Amino acid sequence: MLNEKKKLNKGSLITLIIILVFLIATIVLENTINPNSLLFTVIRKAAVYSLVAVSMNLLNGFTGLFSLGQAGFMLLGAYTYAILTIPNDVRDIIYYLFQGSSFHVSTVGFFEGILGDTGVAAFISMILGVIIAIVAGGLVAALVAYLIGLPVLRLKSDYLAIATLGFAEILRAIFQWDKLGKITNGANALRGYPTFSDFNIKAENGATVLRLSSFIPLLFAGICILVIVLLINSSYGRAFKAIRDDEVAAEAMGINLAKHKMMSFCISSFFAGVGGALFAMFASTVQAKTFTSAMTYEIFLIVVIGGIGSISGSCIASFLYIACSEWWLRFLDNTQYINGTQLPLFRNGFRMVVFSVVIMVIVLFFRDGLFGDKELPDLFKKRRVKKDGE
Amino acid sequence: MSETILEINDLRVSYGGIEAVKGITLDVHKGKIVTLIGSNGAGKSTTLKAVAGLVKPQSGSIKFKGQELIGLSPDKIVKSGVVLVPEGRRVFPNLTVKENLKMGAYLRKDDLTEDFEYVYSLFPRLKEREWQLAGTLSGGEQQMLAVGRALMSKPELIMMDEPSLGLAPIVVKDIFKIIRTINEAGITVLLIEQNAFMALQNADWAYVLETGTIKTQREGLELLDDETIQEAYLGKTRE
Repeated sequence: MLNEKKKLNKGSLITLIIILVFLIATIVLENTINPNSLLFTVIRKAAVYSLVAVSMNLLNGFTGLFSLGQAGFMLLGAYTYAILTIPNDVRDIIYYLFQGSSFHVSTVGFFEGILGDTGVAAFISMILGVIIAIVAGGLVAALVAYLIGLPVLRLKSDYLAIATLGFAEILRAIFQWDKLGKITNGANALRGYPTFSDFNIKAENGATVLRLSSFIPLLFAGICILVIVLLINSSYGRAFKAIRDDEVAAEAMGINLAKHKMMSFCISSFFAGVGGALFAMFASTVQAKTFTSAMTYEIFLIVVIGGIGSISGSCIASFLYIACSEWWLRFLDNTQYINGTQLPLFRNGFRMVVFSVVIMVIVLFFRDGLFGDKELPDLFKKRRVKKDGE
Repeated sequence: MSETILEINDLRVSYGGIEAVKGITLDVHKGKIVTLIGSNGAGKSTTLKAVAGLVKPQSGSIKFKGQELIGLSPDKIVKSGVVLVPEGRRVFPNLTVKENLKMGAYLRKDDLTEDFEYVYSLFPRLKEREWQLAGTLSGGEQQMLAVGRALMSKPELIMMDEPSLGLAPIVVKDIFKIIRTINEAGITVLLIEQNAFMALQNADWAYVLETGTIKTQREGLELLDDETIQEAYLGKTRE
């Protein structure tokens, strides 16, 4: 038993080292090579997607609730974040189609009012305001999840998926509704709020001293994922897994099904909301039409590719998925010439065709995803055991 | 006779208009092994599920140590000291053996060391397989795990739904030996069995259920000698 625990720690240690190396490499690379490289777009977007994928995995993979409402909760988080952090002086310009906004609270402005709005004080105000708005985004998503969950969580499997999917679509329509324009800016984009690039540390003269715009999303997503991992390994997490494995037995053991399902649903939605806020920071504009069901499918695909029930699988899959869709397969969309003849098929949209084939191959040959229900530390543990046997 | 720990009075349960249990009245005495036997669809499982709070009865009362259980949620019922080992083993296949046992004690906040020792002393095999996923255990081991998991809630009354289902005869013997050991430790056992022979041999008291009502009740061994029972449930014919 002791032996087992030691090995487990070694696996975790290696994983921790990999994560640290990755974080440090991100900072170093961003400050040395071209900061406009697609690599950093991929890192930022993948960090956000991995958080949302992990939150979806908590629900689908660990609690056995098949929900497809992730984009809806992201939308809530993104809008909450944007509405709370747009500086008051640009707010009315952004809402010009609706003759200004009816909402005039800015968390960043609030902290600037206390700490001052110049130099370091402004930077700290920005950070505090952003964090509060991100958490608020999560809370709004969790609150809505609670209200939706009351009727919807009585449903099982496919029915739950359809209900949550429908909810997300309704939400998207509501946020584009003109009558709410004074709050949501209707179908128009929200912008002007702090984004990841505002985290780059600048000198007095405006020159960038230290770029952190790719490190920050990794850090935020990493902290949230860590919280989810701790939750999954707690006794609540065990109860979630028990519900997933066998509802009747779980109930017979005294697990309150309704309470635990609701808890999992709300926590998952909270982190989807936080993910939505981070997505808003990544995209630098928020528009309801981005949060389509296609986005949920993308995230679900990441969860499936990574392995339903594997946190590290979801994270790695989201980096691979985003890298493929945004970067590695980009060349397929451009016309290519060999010896002066234009190659057929290589035109706009071909990327998605190849991408779909790649995904089909993955789903066909890795039925359980890349990781199954294993985690990264387990892999190192296994390798060690094999070595011992040799 | 010792005091009554569980008192079921005129219990009626229906599933979508069809009455599965049609007015059952039975007593379980403290420290005894009581068995319900009967053919498929007699209402045995439904009765146990009603006690555990997993199905809502139409009418009647279920009193555990004088406290009414109908209307309580399943977790409150487990807390009050009644636990069900569900039919068909139903361990959590993707949790380890140890995690499964921990789930049994989910509602308890106190120290579990002694309980783990107790369960492991009953089932040394589980100790060996502590870190294995429960889904990889054999049928008999899974049944032992299911019983061990139920014991982790420190019950006063343990209800078992067909513990011998689908197990090899030699394993069935082991299971019944365990049931007796648990019972000797002071835990009351309410047992459902299709294997009427084994159940009657081990039970202090037996109820025979037929299509939702109690047909007869007697001491286990006495019932074993009854000719009509032999014919109906033990597969003996008069020829």
